[in-house]
Amino acid sequence: MDSSSSSASRFRTLSGIPVEAVYGDGPAPGEFPYTRGVHAEMYRTRLWTMRMFAGFGTATDTNARFAELLAAGGTGLSTAFDMPTLMGRDSDHDWALGEVGRAGVAVDTVEDMADLFAGIDLGAVSTSMTINGPAPILLAMYVAVAEEGGVERGRLAGTLQNDILKEYQAQKEYIFPPRPSVRLVTDVIGFTTAEMPRWNPVSISGYHIREAGSTAAQELAFTLANGFAYVEAALAAGLDVDDFAPRLSFFFNSHSDFFEEVGKFRAARRIWARWMRDRYGATDERSLKLRFHTQTAGVSLTAQQPEVNIARVALQALAGVLGGTQSLHTDSFDEALALPSEDAARIALRTQQVIAHETGVANVVDPLGGSAYVEWMTDEMERQATEVFDHLEQLGNGSLLEGVYAGIEDGWFVGEIADASYRHEREVNAGERIVVGVNEFTEGDDPSARRLLRIGQETEELQRKRLATVRQGRDDAVVASTLNQVAADAAESTTNLMPALLEAVRARATVGEVVDALEGVFGTYVERVVV
Amino acid sequence: MSGSPERPPVRVVLAKLGLDGHDRGLKVVARMLRDGGMEVVYLGLRQTTDTIIDAVEQEDADVVGISMLNAGHLTLGPRMVEALADAGLDVPVVIGGIVPDEDLPAMANAGVAGVLGPGATAEEVVACVRAAADARG
Amino acid sequence: MAGNPPIGSRSVADLVAAARGGERRATARLLSLVEWGGPGADEVAERTWTALHGGAIGDDVIPGGGANRAHVVGVTGPPGAGKSTLVAAWTTRLVDRGHRPAVLAVDPSSPLTGGAILGDRVRMAEATASGVFIRSMATRGHAGGLALAVPGMVRVLELAGFDPVVVETVGVGQVEVDVASAADTVLVVVTPGMGDAVQANKAGLLEVADLFAVNKSDRPDAADVRRDLELMLDLSDLTGHGRWRQDTKANERSRPAVVSTVATTGVGVDELADATDAHLASLDGAGTLVARREDRWRAEVRSHVDHLLLDASRGVVSGLSAGTGAPAAVARELAAGLVGGTEGDR
Repeated sequence: MDSSSSSASRFRTLSGIPVEAVYGDGPAPGEFPYTRGVHAEMYRTRLWTMRMFAGFGTATDTNARFAELLAAGGTGLSTAFDMPTLMGRDSDHDWALGEVGRAGVAVDTVEDMADLFAGIDLGAVSTSMTINGPAPILLAMYVAVAEEGGVERGRLAGTLQNDILKEYQAQKEYIFPPRPSVRLVTDVIGFTTAEMPRWNPVSISGYHIREAGSTAAQELAFTLANGFAYVEAALAAGLDVDDFAPRLSFFFNSHSDFFEEVGKFRAARRIWARWMRDRYGATDERSLKLRFHTQTAGVSLTAQQPEVNIARVALQALAGVLGGTQSLHTDSFDEALALPSEDAARIALRTQQVIAHETGVANVVDPLGGSAYVEWMTDEMERQATEVFDHLEQLGNGSLLEGVYAGIEDGWFVGEIADASYRHEREVNAGERIVVGVNEFTEGDDPSARRLLRIGQETEELQRKRLATVRQGRDDAVVASTLNQVAADAAESTTNLMPALLEAVRARATVGEVVDALEGVFGTYVERVVV
Repeated sequence: MSGSPERPPVRVVLAKLGLDGHDRGLKVVARMLRDGGMEVVYLGLRQTTDTIIDAVEQEDADVVGISMLNAGHLTLGPRMVEALADAGLDVPVVIGGIVPDEDLPAMANAGVAGVLGPGATAEEVVACVRAAADARG
Repeated sequence: MAGNPPIGSRSVADLVAAARGGERRATARLLSLVEWGGPGADEVAERTWTALHGGAIGDDVIPGGGANRAHVVGVTGPPGAGKSTLVAAWTTRLVDRGHRPAVLAVDPSSPLTGGAILGDRVRMAEATASGVFIRSMATRGHAGGLALAVPGMVRVLELAGFDPVVVETVGVGQVEVDVASAADTVLVVVTPGMGDAVQANKAGLLEVADLFAVNKSDRPDAADVRRDLELMLDLSDLTGHGRWRQDTKANERSRPAVVSTVATTGVGVDELADATDAHLASLDGAGTLVARREDRWRAEVRSHVDHLLLDASRGVVSGLSAGTGAPAAVARELAAGLVGGTEGDR
């Protein structure tokens, strides 16, 4: 996967000037508190993973897009699921009407998972699955497919988003109430820590919080607070911090204000390192190093003059790279209008390749470090985040986990985000904040010249048939017994649910059936709406 | 102060049909309409045509606003219009969100009263909803 | 409901008859007319009153209402107490018990723009699914207007056969407290943390409350709130302040009961339903109910008089200038003129 050659010419500028790994004073990259980066050499040793998010239609459709992206030089897979799957419903559920395969790929059973990765060696790729509510079920399916294909679980590398706290705050793809949902998260953490050492069980996400309208500092603060909350939950579940913390990973947005973003990423590393060492007692270096995936800001893409988005994305991607991201997804220019077309997805990938191979920015670690502005911005981000941590700690009587639960219950996070979102909207509306092509520089828009990706109605038909076939071919008695076991284990808060989930998916239970069994024990979540 | 003294404030039911959980735009529109002097009955996420119809009926709403980001507009837009018609409610439907230009004629044919794209300003949003309410008479 | 003529074209008489017959959209339209005020509202008011109490309108003679008047319950309390969730759980339980509840949920309008975001309905999805009629109402910026419109809207809901009729406000202002207390039973909802019991006292709610619900009572500090409430009630008892005036039958109250609830899980909801029923029964039994309703009628008349006089004076005052004289003297003359013919009568 390493896209490097051993030639020393890589560490010379375009004009041939040799460059060192790092310049300037202060704590070095790879040294606590890792402000400048988690590795001493960063991209000189290994470039960030070019991980392009993909998913639409049936598993077979997405499998083809995966193959294209791998052939074009993508180095990791990242799966987008459709709304019914994300919400834990099957493709033939009432709620699924009109939504199957539209926002991502439809996965109902382990058979779909097998189709999704057909022809791909799961022992050789790293796969990210962007799913939250029913995440443990999808992980169980992935493991079952790998094992049915002869790859044992200890070899599997990848990430499960599995970050339920941000769902209550921003994305709203929750199913059960917060506390049992956090239990599911810690069950996955416990399971992967013991059996899947190359797997990241949670991708603690700020991306969605930012997309919902928060500021950069709120994105930073809410994400890290959620991270600390999971740490506290895992500790309470009896896990050892140095066992699980090395595999906690993060997912940030890269938005348009260049230096805010760079400062944000650097502050994130510094805060995490300090808290993990000083508050949670981690001693293993890997527990202290915040690793993250970045996606450029979907919400900044415009429908007007969409080709201009290519420029936006390039600059946002650059901020992510200069911020030291471990992996990066670049949005396609047509995404304000539809899921990305093949051509647009390829351009987005090429954008990363230009940054990696033509600009020279990967030759030096944290090249912006030492800039008075960047260091000030890093400090300012940390300062604002600390205010939020103080507030949550107070809400939670000393516990960040309790503070996050309280903030969710009271609608505090949602209210803060809605306020920030509205402020921004007013600024754009008033022309105080310019969005090129939207409130200024609007000539040149040509709506007729667009070729968009369309998902036809036939996807839904195909998927329903697929589901019916699988249901017919399985032993319903076995399925029922596995679902009973799931419910029984769910009722015991100290039992890890993963083994029961594995049994259920192997028996070809559907996502919806397993969710129903869990819902019977955990209940459903009704949000306290704050407009 | 409120709407023109000759008429009561426009009452709008705002909702999202289907499973999509992105409500940032809907909340922003709610505030825009409030700032435009309208009364917004905010139903939010995961509504069905039935829950929307109950609200329209009991709240004596003038307009229904639906937010759509998921490419479901070609199915869900007409379905909302039909459901209102079947219930005997003469209330216009305005759709906001991502609707490609080439789908606009289909939306109009299906009886959708207005479509607001991303980047619509507060003035445009308020004007579109008000126009829909006025056309009803 | 397809098949009825479009709502906009129907006469008030038709709408009233239809609302009585259970047509929800007719009820909703009548509510809108009352809310907006003006001649439409006047006609609705007349016909609704007559339909409930009997009488004649023009050539039509309308027989008396016959059915019992609905139990009107005012619900108020500090923001964040979970009123809507509690009202939803309670009214859903009432549907199970065979009642037909309606809820009028009041939210503040923006004083700047006159618009409002009405977010109570969304918090009561459980209730709407069970068939509870919910109407969201904005304060529309003038304080007097709320006190005018709400009683009329309550009567429309009574006419349509709903019982109980719940009026829910956010009890932070005197106006909202006044509105909620124009009810047979006033329920005040408080919650642990944030010194809610103290806040409730400051808002004057302790003086009007007939019943308290301590919501979110599963929180660790719930016991503290209960205790604070009981202490404040004890104090009121001792000082005879406000609530237990024995001078009029209408003001006679027994010490309010305190119910602990957890609206999100349903704990205490049955007890709340029992407590509100019990309160109505106790008023009825003591003959207080009739007296209270008389008082409310008088208060409503006063509100209308206030509004009419204000309207009448407003135009005149804006035409005057400071040169006219000392404000109190100018006002006395103006008032005398409005009330008419007082010089010789005094």
